[in-house]
Amino acid sequence: MKTYGIIAKFDDPSALLHAAEEVRDAGFKNFDCHSPFPVHGLDDAMGLKRSRLGYVIGVCGLIGALFGFGLQTWVHLSEYPMNIGGKPFFAYPAYVIITFELMVLFSAFGAVFGMMYFNKIPRLHHPLFYSEKFCSVTSDAFYVSIESADPKYDERKVEDFLKNIGGKEIEVIKDENEK
Amino acid sequence: MSEVVLKSRAQKNSEELLLGDQTFTTITNDISGVPEQEKAPIQWKLAFALALSLLSVFVGALGYLIWEGTGIWGVNAPIGWGWAIINFVWWVGIGHAGTLISAILHLFRQNWRNSINRFAETMTLFAVICALIFPGIHIGRIWVAYWFFPLPNQMAMWPNFRSPLIWDFFAVFTYFTVSLLFWYTGLIPDLATLRDRAKTKLRKRIYGFFALGWRGGNRQWQHYELAYLVLAGISTPLVLSVHSVVSSDFATSVIPGWHTTIFPPYFVAGAIYSGFGMVMTLAVAARSLYNLKHIITISHLDKMAQIMLLTGSIVGYSYAMEFFISWYSGNPYESYAFINRALGPYWWAYWTMIFCNVILPQFFWFKRFRTHVPFLFIASILVNIGMWFERFVIVVISLHRDYMPSAWAMYSPTIWDIAIYLGTFGIFFTGFLLFLRFLPMASIAEVKLVLPESNPHHGDH
Repeated sequence: MKTYGIIAKFDDPSALLHAAEEVRDAGFKNFDCHSPFPVHGLDDAMGLKRSRLGYVIGVCGLIGALFGFGLQTWVHLSEYPMNIGGKPFFAYPAYVIITFELMVLFSAFGAVFGMMYFNKIPRLHHPLFYSEKFCSVTSDAFYVSIESADPKYDERKVEDFLKNIGGKEIEVIKDENEK
Repeated sequence: MSEVVLKSRAQKNSEELLLGDQTFTTITNDISGVPEQEKAPIQWKLAFALALSLLSVFVGALGYLIWEGTGIWGVNAPIGWGWAIINFVWWVGIGHAGTLISAILHLFRQNWRNSINRFAETMTLFAVICALIFPGIHIGRIWVAYWFFPLPNQMAMWPNFRSPLIWDFFAVFTYFTVSLLFWYTGLIPDLATLRDRAKTKLRKRIYGFFALGWRGGNRQWQHYELAYLVLAGISTPLVLSVHSVVSSDFATSVIPGWHTTIFPPYFVAGAIYSGFGMVMTLAVAARSLYNLKHIITISHLDKMAQIMLLTGSIVGYSYAMEFFISWYSGNPYESYAFINRALGPYWWAYWTMIFCNVILPQFFWFKRFRTHVPFLFIASILVNIGMWFERFVIVVISLHRDYMPSAWAMYSPTIWDIAIYLGTFGIFFTGFLLFLRFLPMASIAEVKLVLPESNPHHGDH
């Protein structure tokens, strides 16, 4: 069976934060810190770059706004001009509301589906789920995982390293699906 | 301010918001314990039976409406908008508190919202579903309800985008979709918690499917938190736009009593007021039924009552300002419309509204009333009665006396108006009770953030 990586448990958010700094400074790239809730400051401690999701949402919002304004203009000017109460066909102040609503709608889809894209979910199956203990990470446990895909990965050394920085219940995760 | 003072304040805050010795483990156990109950409590079953009965009333009344047409309602000329529009505005208004709690209070970093946001967001979803039903059915021929959508069709028929009625359709539809996305995004980490605690394979599969494979890694939290923040950011102007657009349905017409510029802010304040009333009613009931008084605490109820005091007072100010402007305008039709509200044949509706929306919230100046649970429960129901009458006053009283006395009429609902209105409670409570049974009613991940231990720098000082 192929090895996915090694996980180690830490006591609390502050231990996890310090561990993240150690792992980052040791030069690992393919690692993650798991917690039941977002821990403030972990992005810097892990050396993560700012999320690019904001740009995706911005572009989606812009497309939504252009689509909304364009749809109304096209319908009232070219597709089916309706004279209602003598109102002008290109009544752009009246188009603001639907333009705004569609901007919000498209940005919301961008936010949620963009988040899923960057997070690589839905992915219902993951080697980490083979660990019985890892389940508690969604309740009260804090874990660091270092993947075997990391160029600096060496099972022995990583185990010792995690032990040294205060990790407990160290476990090697095998990917049971891959032979 | 010194660090010590700040710290003790944070400590005190979290002590009020989570009673007893709470840890990450107890929070998980307490909140996920509710959907994990083997059997629902008897009160839940009774409530569910009642909700299903009301739902069947709705189905029956809806069937007759589709068969027979809107002639079965009490609407007439000149009162062409009756209970359908009143109920639509009432339900969509109730929804607003959910978004206020989940989005606006999130942006202001008010962490007391963390215990009640899930609850309130769910209420929003079902309230907006109830609201959306009314525009759908009031057109009479509901099989052509898709004409609302701007769909290219062989009749070359398009909606008039310069009309507030179509703005309203877009606003409420967007509001529902965004609320659903926001609610589901918030649920993902909690669904993962329920998946990891599941005892049976079926539960694990179902919760696992909806949890999308969440692993709680910071590489996931990073994007997740940004997405959540942006959703909160865009929901904030959205929620303010929704009831403003609803108010434009009235304000852009030339009916005395409707044609006023104060409507958008006044409608938004009223919406939040009624929504908090509904959150309060549901929260008081659920926290005692499921013994979660340490997670939804007296302090939460107190803070909600303060928001009701604020929004209720804005509503009261708006009522006074409407009266002032109707006199100041010098327009006889405008003045008459308002005098007729207070002293005309529907005076009882007007004064019910004044009592529930203006006088009642003034009790919330006093902490004694804000923390008295039975008082809050009764007051929260009266708030929603008052807000229903506000819409009755606006819709019916403004229409029933037209410019010409020859066009005056009185309005009374028929049994079918009442049956459909009661029926929407069936939809609302069926949905809400199923939510209580199968999903965590408070956000497991976010409630933990209220604990001082969740801060990695806790204990550094």
